[in-house]
Amino acid sequence: MADMMKIRARLKDGVTEVKVLMIHPMETGRRINDVGETVPAHFIQMVTATLNGKTVLEAQWGTGISKNPYLTFRLRGASLGDKLAVSWVDNKGATNAIEGVVEGS
Amino acid sequence: MNRRSILKSCAAVISLLALVPLHALAAAWNRQAFESDKVEGALQGLGVTGDESSPEIEIIAPQMAENGAIIQIEVISRIPGTEAISILAEKNPTPLIANFMFSNGAEPYLITRIKMAETADLKVIVKANDKYYSASRRIEVAVGGCG
Repeated sequence: MADMMKIRARLKDGVTEVKVLMIHPMETGRRINDVGETVPAHFIQMVTATLNGKTVLEAQWGTGISKNPYLTFRLRGASLGDKLAVSWVDNKGATNAIEGVVEGS
Repeated sequence: MNRRSILKSCAAVISLLALVPLHALAAAWNRQAFESDKVEGALQGLGVTGDESSPEIEIIAPQMAENGAIIQIEVISRIPGTEAISILAEKNPTPLIANFMFSNGAEPYLITRIKMAETADLKVIVKANDKYYSASRRIEVAVGGCG
């Protein structure tokens, strides 16, 4: 399941830039497929990021985030080797998570 | 089962229960705001009672997007005490795209990719010290991406 997400965290000049890629269809519930059926909504609703177990970012998403969501965020006060974790929950209750460590640039 | 083992198993159940609510305590998905088909309804769902336009919010986005299904946007808030950044596309079937809440050293900054149904204003709402600030940016969309 870890291949469904990617994470990279780089510390430079006191700021850690975290880049996350998630693999998810992000279906709006309005798309009509090739055989004329409406594809049911299937999208990530909540994303949580933690640094050494402490929440740093909580996001709620609707259907307007693009397929295979991409996110960059920045942290102050993180150190090399600190542990980052990002997890998501979608509207069907499925979840996924990935861990990464803060690296030098 | 004697009294001691009952107590023990109760303690085990209680400690399990204590772990579960940690997740449940995290704010539930804001259905009212995300399912609203109007900007006003979405803002109401978010609890935004009125917002003041601010030059301290920067939105970096293409002026013209070929493909409305993938538009990369960057949002920076320079308002001290920024707690949350919400993103809305005014003409999307459900305008509220995302609400980001920052804590414990996270900077009020993000890059993400969004869908836009048609040419419209992208609106950003920043919550700081229980007040709301906003900025808008028009994005021309050649082919809508909200199917």
